Amino acid sequence: MAGRRVVITAVGTVSPLGLTSRQMWEGLLQGRCGIGRIRAFDPVKMPCQIAGEVPEYNIRDYVPKSYRKAAKLMCRDIELSVIAADEAVRSAGLVTKTINPEHPTLPSERTGIDFASGIISCELPEIAPSVAVSAENGRFDMKKWGREGIPTVTPLWLLKYLPNMLACHIGIIHDIQGPSNTITCGEVSSHIAVSEGAEMIQRGDADIVLAGGGEAKVNPLLMVRQCLLKRSTFSGNHNPAAACRPFDAKADGSVFGEGAGVLILEDLHWARQRGASILAEYAGGASSAAAITDDYIHLQDGEGLEIAICQALEEAKVRPEELDLIIPTGTAIPSDDRIEAAVLEKILGSAVSRVPVWPLKGQLSHTGSASGALDIAAAVLAIQNQTIGAAFNLETPVDGCRLLFPQKPATRSVRTVLCCGYSFGGQTAAVVLKRYEEPK
Amino acid sequence: MKERVVITGMGLVCPLGNDVASTWEGLMTGRNGMNYTTLFDASTYPTTFDAEVKNFDLSKVLKTPERHRHCNRGSLFALGAAKEACRQAGIDTETDTPVDGVDRRRMGIYLGAGEGAMDSDAFFTAIVKAWNSQTQQMDWSVWTDTTFAMMSAEHELEQETNMPAAHLAVLTGARGIIRSCLTACAASTQAVGEAAMLIRQGKADVMIAGGAHSMIHPLGVMGFNRLTALSTRNDSPGTASRPFTASRDGFVLGEGGAIVILESLSSAQKRGAKILAEIIGFGSSSDAFRVTDMHEEARGAVQAMRAALQDAGVGIEDIDYISTHGTSTAENDFIETLAIKKVFGPRAYQIPCSSPKSQFGHLIGATGCAELITCVMAIQTQTLPPTMNLHDPDPALDLDYVPNQPRKAKVETVLKESFGFGGQNNVLVIRRFRP
Repeated sequence: MAGRRVVITAVGTVSPLGLTSRQMWEGLLQGRCGIGRIRAFDPVKMPCQIAGEVPEYNIRDYVPKSYRKAAKLMCRDIELSVIAADEAVRSAGLVTKTINPEHPTLPSERTGIDFASGIISCELPEIAPSVAVSAENGRFDMKKWGREGIPTVTPLWLLKYLPNMLACHIGIIHDIQGPSNTITCGEVSSHIAVSEGAEMIQRGDADIVLAGGGEAKVNPLLMVRQCLLKRSTFSGNHNPAAACRPFDAKADGSVFGEGAGVLILEDLHWARQRGASILAEYAGGASSAAAITDDYIHLQDGEGLEIAICQALEEAKVRPEELDLIIPTGTAIPSDDRIEAAVLEKILGSAVSRVPVWPLKGQLSHTGSASGALDIAAAVLAIQNQTIGAAFNLETPVDGCRLLFPQKPATRSVRTVLCCGYSFGGQTAAVVLKRYEEPK
Repeated sequence: MKERVVITGMGLVCPLGNDVASTWEGLMTGRNGMNYTTLFDASTYPTTFDAEVKNFDLSKVLKTPERHRHCNRGSLFALGAAKEACRQAGIDTETDTPVDGVDRRRMGIYLGAGEGAMDSDAFFTAIVKAWNSQTQQMDWSVWTDTTFAMMSAEHELEQETNMPAAHLAVLTGARGIIRSCLTACAASTQAVGEAAMLIRQGKADVMIAGGAHSMIHPLGVMGFNRLTALSTRNDSPGTASRPFTASRDGFVLGEGGAIVILESLSSAQKRGAKILAEIIGFGSSSDAFRVTDMHEEARGAVQAMRAALQDAGVGIEDIDYISTHGTSTAENDFIETLAIKKVFGPRAYQIPCSSPKSQFGHLIGATGCAELITCVMAIQTQTLPPTMNLHDPDPALDLDYVPNQPRKAKVETVLKESFGFGGQNNVLVIRRFRP
């Protein structure tokens, strides 16, 4: 089975720029920004009151009638992922159980799913009444919680928030019975999920894999966490569209958000046999770690990112100067951006002035475990459309950075793309895509 | 050519003991790790007991414990288990410039690791203060002020699911492929299987693989209690985990860390590492049925078992022992027995299969690798761990569950199975190493 080539035949995304990949792509090229004041809860006392939230949707539009009851067990992370998977499956022309309940043609046992998930925080208003009845003289009482609070919590509460439920619900809806995994590696999770999904095909365990990730970070608990860790910008509340500024001198923190992205990966022969249109080829992927620690925070030391990128390029048999586009992590956290820029400059060498670097988080926000999937989906669309967009909110690059940030969208040859990432916690990852070339 | 994958080190921190030797001794002598909950006041919970790790002190294990002082319990256990496993495998975690013959860029980490416990004091207090029961709404100003006053950045960071792997990278200097997965109760079986595939594909020489998890906290136990997944035999914690009995009423929630060092055969031979066993097969599948129940005909479990056997290139006649998922829930033990019968046919009755969860409880994300370690020990000692507390067999469950007593047996090839909530199934096949 060695040498099986893996191609991408469709993408589906849900992002702050829209409920479809087309809306995301058009928004990116038109310079729209998906960041605004938080709507999910009243953020009035938060130091950071802005986020990237997806437009309104009705989950019932994306779940087959037979499965509507189960929609009650979906937290927001699951819903976003189900919507993205729906687009990807339809766009790939896969006839799953949901697309055609009478005559599905998806080879279920040969179809896998490898999906990234974040740590899911529960919905506070849902559990609050049960917690509130457990108060004694205005203080929470664990004994009363055990006796009177717990019995009032909805019985299937836990199932709504287990990270693997993103993959499970998608798997049930589309009848995916092959290999299945849930990657929980922070913000590089979906880079890794895409690589592992491709490996499942390469090693012959599946012919089709749904790969990607989803996360809804606009939960009060998660937003507080990012503020406590001083990763959110505190200065962008009055001008949300200008708040997230990857690689810009005025950047002072990220803006977090929500989204989901799904790629349909297929074995090349299988895809050709069924007449699928091929958007791009998965060419390589790798990951590593930043293994240094300052007190308790695990710092990016650059080396982990460099290892991941170099190994991914090597696997893809692509030299750095052959890259046509890099979609970096670009969180807009100055210390992180500085290290990432230094690593990219080092790897590109003299090609640094020729290879465009296009950070997306200024428009999409930082969607955590979903961010890699959105980046890779954008890379596929760049290859498909032979177009790249402009770096958003990038006026003056951070001190002396020599990377080439495109100033306006342009049609150009896009044959090879690198997407790279790192997590807060030290993991790094890189994925290389190529334009698909017919075998000679 | 595909690389063969061998195990050269093992480490375990679990309710039966804080290393492999004491855990195995516990399994062989009928001990159990259950007792009343001490990590929080569970005295009015439907379930008042669990299986906790006891007396684990990282500063006695590591030279640099201060680097990990904010760790959640799962990360602590991962570090303890990794330290033991690395020592056995001859991987240096003590010096910054190790001379153990392992290229750090070719050494990776794959953990099935869980989230850390949330700051429940802040969580509950902020809700109590902010909830307006008249309007049935949160006062987000009050909530925000309270959480900011009570929560700490360190504790929040350590809840993230990628932190156990991050701590192991700091401990070991690993710079190869780092991944972390969480497929519920199957997570560490999956982590070991996927890590083995990476070595087989030549993407790494050494993988530190396994799992770490603790869900023994107020919301975790509440969640499992509401699902009625936990035993409520509050008058007898030590006999509550009773897989395959007629009176089983749920699992006993445990916690722990379990790590194996996986290595390509060529790397192990080059380093002269002692080979404990070989991983020969891995199978993964999804039920695609319901998030609340296992497939009624055990479809996903059967597919994963068959995939693992096929991957291993062995037949049903080759399996000497099955290490079950064996949770002691009504559903799992029934469906799992059905799955074994479907895969093995009449031979199912001749294969001993047991559940160490009867003694150390259900370690959730860490459980699969902990049980895998007991499989390696079974091969090494030619002795099967028993299913304890099996005094009233369920008439519908009629396999050889190795009741109540360890058993001497010929153990060459073993199948380890794990089934996660939501229907993610993972199965490994391991064998005594034959050069």
